[in-house]
Amino acid sequence: MSAVLEIQGLRKTYRSRRGVRRALDGFDMAVEAGQVHGFLGPNGSGKTTTLRTLLGLIKADGGRMSLLGRAVPQALPEVAGQVGAIVESPQFFGNFSARDTLSLLADAGGVPQSRVAEVLELVGLRDRAGERVKTYSLGLKQRLAVGSALLKNPRLLILDEPANGLDPGGIREMRTLMRTLAGSGMTVLLSSHILGEIQLICDSVTIISAGRRVAAGTVADVLARHATSAVRVRVESVADLTSSAGALREIGARVSVEPDHLVVGGIAQPGAITRTLAARGIYVSELAPVAVDLESVFLELTGTTPVEGEHRQVDQSTATPAVHGGWGQ
Amino acid sequence: MSLFRAETRRLAKRRFIRLFALGTLLVLAAIVTGMFLSHHQPSPALLARAQVEADQGYEIALRQAARETANCRAAQGTAAARDYPPCDQIYQPARADFRAGWNLPPAFDFRAEFGFLVTTLAALLAVMAYVIGATCVGAEWSSGGMMNLLLWRPRRLEVLGTKLAALLAGLAAFTVVVSALWTALFALTAQLRGTLAGMTAGAWQSVVLMELRGLVLVLVAGAIGFGLASLGRHTATALGAAIGAIIVLQFGLANVLSMAKAPYVEAYLAPVWVQAWLDKSAVATDWESCDYSSTQGCAATTITLTWPMAGGVLAVVTLLVVGAAMWTMCSRDIT
Ligand SMILES: Nc1ncnc2c1ncn2[C@@H]1O[C@H](COP(=O)(O)OP(=O)(O)O)[C@@H](O)[C@H]1O
Ligand SMILES: [Mg+2]
Repeated sequence: MSAVLEIQGLRKTYRSRRGVRRALDGFDMAVEAGQVHGFLGPNGSGKTTTLRTLLGLIKADGGRMSLLGRAVPQALPEVAGQVGAIVESPQFFGNFSARDTLSLLADAGGVPQSRVAEVLELVGLRDRAGERVKTYSLGLKQRLAVGSALLKNPRLLILDEPANGLDPGGIREMRTLMRTLAGSGMTVLLSSHILGEIQLICDSVTIISAGRRVAAGTVADVLARHATSAVRVRVESVADLTSSAGALREIGARVSVEPDHLVVGGIAQPGAITRTLAARGIYVSELAPVAVDLESVFLELTGTTPVEGEHRQVDQSTATPAVHGGWGQ
Repeated sequence: MSLFRAETRRLAKRRFIRLFALGTLLVLAAIVTGMFLSHHQPSPALLARAQVEADQGYEIALRQAARETANCRAAQGTAAARDYPPCDQIYQPARADFRAGWNLPPAFDFRAEFGFLVTTLAALLAVMAYVIGATCVGAEWSSGGMMNLLLWRPRRLEVLGTKLAALLAGLAAFTVVVSALWTALFALTAQLRGTLAGMTAGAWQSVVLMELRGLVLVLVAGAIGFGLASLGRHTATALGAAIGAIIVLQFGLANVLSMAKAPYVEAYLAPVWVQAWLDKSAVATDWESCDYSSTQGCAATTITLTWPMAGGVLAVVTLLVVGAAMWTMCSRDIT
């Protein structure tokens, strides 16, 4: 398998009058051909910035990128015809109908006009294609945006949060569409913060946090690598929880104290837990692996797990040791 | 070529552009109609009526003068005499003072009047071109359509350049057709309600040349509106710039300069340059100066702005604005 999309060490700093913001800080990503690849990250982590840079809308400050085996942005004019993309919320000229909008894009891109009707059918807009876009709901606009990306029948389809504003039925249709497209050989890159979606339809994922990659691989890999080590530990007496936590931290475990149990991570062998606690005269009454899903991995990796009594601010992450790029740096 | 076709289609589909062009056409039609209705061919019937009116005027004036003279004479020797000049100096109307021609509605003299009408046409079309130029790219920027298009065509200069080319081609076609109609309708007006006298081949040629300069003015206005709106990524930027330029640079500058008694105030103002471009020359005067001659007294010195000078100014301004728009298009982050 070959990489359809590769990014290495991508850096981007936004400069404005109000300060400097480091949006991407040595970000890496690779997407294999024929996959549906999920691009996960909390709000403001740099997903849209990555896609904009990749598509030549903004200039990177450093790093290398390639699309379909060609270095971009240099070769962008040659590969653009094979890369369909929507970036951020879909935006179109409001007074044109969906059909006009697609027809003009088809003209500009040298795509035959017959493709317009096909695409409208595909995204379910056939019967409303004559209405003005500004009368569309967010979900309808989103469908139009996906349609515009599909218009050139691309080899690589890049969608930035395509499920935004879609109803449950729409989300399921979108999911089916993605699978069908991938089945026909199209590579799909899907950015999202909706984890259920990604877990359901993606073959592989890249997780980004504060402008850096924190995990990548197949969904199963990421789950296995990053969360299976967590185990739930109960001890005979709840009073011993605090001292147990201290003892486990001494051997390098990550411990969070819950009301009646501990969640322990970062330990290769669960046996080490019983041994350590037994040595202190504390006896384990339950030792069970914590069932994991992508959501908890995501929250752990990006350090955005909600903490009771606190309002986490965007860009605030407990996992990444150095938080780069606040305003005014 | 496909991009150019898409851009011309986009222009023609825009409702605002269509309405604005239509509005301009209505204003032009109103001017043609007004000019047609307010001019008349001197027909025998009209001439006869004018003669009658002139005769009547003469009669009335005669009677009035006679009454005045009689009053004056009667007043002699009383206190009221002070209100009158010497009685033999009271104005006595002459036949020649009441000409039939003055009572005729005007006839349309094509040669004398059409130049001003070409200027009017060029000015109206230039305003229209400025607004259309601004909206055609401004709406694309502010709606996000430009970003979408760049995902299809990552060559930014090509995209902006093609949009400009499509705009200029559309404006040129519109201006040529409207100018031809304008000329034809006023030639017809002259035929029916005036005269084409003096329209030699040379005179026609200079009409055509003036219309060509008008076309250039329209294209320049369109390009500047386009450039400013693209720089500001919004139609309103160009419209704001236009209003700002009129208020600050024109009224404000004119006031400041005349208070400072700067020479040749007009030369700093855009209308003079437009006039110089269309009429081939315009004059700016230094009102403070005095070129004394024993026969004429004080004559203010003037400078003449010629059309090549005005053309140079138009070219420089256009290049600056469009160049800046192209340059920022290439270098900016599109978010
Ligand atoms: N045009 C911009 N100017 C300044 N900062 C920006 C700009 N666009 C995005 N950012 C900042 O860069 C960071 C990454 O943004 P973005 O890539 O849009 O995140 P995501 O798409 O993952 O939600 C955010 O902190 C955002 O505020
Ligand atoms: Mg985003």
